[in-house]
Amino acid sequence: MTIEEIQNEIIDEFSMFEDWEERYQYMIDLGKDLPLIDDQYKTDNNIIKGCQSKVWVHAEMNDDKVDFTADSDAIITKGIIAILIRVFSNQHPKDIIEANTDFIDKIGLKEHLSPTRANGLVSMVKQLKMYAIAYQTQLK
Amino acid sequence: MFKVENIRKDFPILSRQVNGKPLVYFDNAATSQTPQQVIDVIVDYYSNYNANIHRGVHALSQEATDLYEQARYKIQAHFNAKHAHEIIYTSGTTHGINLVANGFSTILKKGDEIIVSALEHHSNIVPWQMLCERTGASLKVIPMNQNGELEIKAFETLINQNTKLVFVNHISNALGTINPIEHIIKKAHEVGAAVLVDGAQSSPHIKPDVQALDVDFYVVSAHKMCGPTGVGVLYGKEDWLNKLPPYQGGGEMIAEVTFEKTTYAALPHKFEAGTPNICGGIAFGAAIDYMNAVGFDAIAAYEHELLKYATNKLLEIEGLKIYGTSKHKTSVISFNLEGIHPYDVGTILDKLGVAVRTGHHCAQPIMDYFKIPGTVRASFAFYNTKSEIDILVEGVKKAKMMLS
Repeated sequence: MTIEEIQNEIIDEFSMFEDWEERYQYMIDLGKDLPLIDDQYKTDNNIIKGCQSKVWVHAEMNDDKVDFTADSDAIITKGIIAILIRVFSNQHPKDIIEANTDFIDKIGLKEHLSPTRANGLVSMVKQLKMYAIAYQTQLK
Repeated sequence: MFKVENIRKDFPILSRQVNGKPLVYFDNAATSQTPQQVIDVIVDYYSNYNANIHRGVHALSQEATDLYEQARYKIQAHFNAKHAHEIIYTSGTTHGINLVANGFSTILKKGDEIIVSALEHHSNIVPWQMLCERTGASLKVIPMNQNGELEIKAFETLINQNTKLVFVNHISNALGTINPIEHIIKKAHEVGAAVLVDGAQSSPHIKPDVQALDVDFYVVSAHKMCGPTGVGVLYGKEDWLNKLPPYQGGGEMIAEVTFEKTTYAALPHKFEAGTPNICGGIAFGAAIDYMNAVGFDAIAAYEHELLKYATNKLLEIEGLKIYGTSKHKTSVISFNLEGIHPYDVGTILDKLGVAVRTGHHCAQPIMDYFKIPGTVRASFAFYNTKSEIDILVEGVKKAKMMLS
């Protein structure tokens, strides 16, 4: 599936929720369910710097596509990461770089886009795109 | 007579909604809210008096100067400084600390020692580390115990003839502990060391008397005391302020300038380079008037009641741990739910309209001591109510249910 198709699928899923509680409960459950990263990659080098929760991101290139794994010590953050990984993992670097993240607004998580959230979506998305940019140069 | 329902009417922001819920503002240790009386002064200033001060001969400039200097007298009276020129306007507590730290860089030499407490805010650690790097002085730290109190016995072993400066906050921002500054000041003076006290967290709750304390420097921010952001004061004893060199060069701080030599202006202007936050200073005066009209005794008594009520209610929640359990503390509760990240709790509370602080509160050494990533911090002001605390408690229960 393309990034846009996955995003639309997520928007559809979230449209079923009636209020913030259901949305957050879903994210919390996503955060609980997924073993997101291999422990060997939970190193200081892989931490996205911030002052709230810790976030680790690891990227690998397989068959010209980037695979992401990640984790956080805060569960809501982990849920958000789970959504991002679903969107961006197993995609071509070029598509990751060009993707927009408007879907976040559409699924009612706009507050996490605020730059004041040190570990918010903004820095995570930026980090994922940085990896994509790095792999894109390797491909050239 | 202290009536919280009347006081709340003075604060327009308290009637707004957040995420569709009435705002419950429990982040007062970060910044306090502003009463209409102070907002009116700000509007009045820009509507009627806005001008640059201390230099114009025209009416506006003179009126603005009068208001700004009257505010300095109010602040002097409030903190009971001996002279108005011992009150230096700053942009806030951090500015005041840096001004003093910079001044000491010309006084300290290799072998001198500075003592700070383990309960400090980052803004109170970094300037001293920088000062030590510049001068070769060394930094000693007063340790804390499990209750979040300073180990005074350890302090007494740290202090010696080499100690030149002791720096401690009056009240810890992360835990609310009230430190025994009277004792610390007395001991420091015995060896001839100066004491700088950070009053950012104490000034909203108590009325410090700088002469009775015999403190050498005391720094505060207006925005923690119902005033605007970007303004504060440094109180310094006249002798010390005369000894310290100017911090910044510029207009206002000079007496005479030639290319060969500049003579500095007298206190307080020596430390007030450039156009100051004129409106902020005037509004700070108004905020002090407002808080004194409410009354600091009434404020302290009421906030203590809120603290007791909230502490008891929160401790009823299984798995909730409070950090900072000193008997001497102000209305700050730093807590965690077992196995749950404070950021998650804060996020859920925000959805419920409850504003708390999460994280390390710029006091990482304290969090390291307790081996936690941070806490949820609820800090109460005199305009908060018990029914708001009930909303917080229900919110924490809900967060626990959703997150565990």
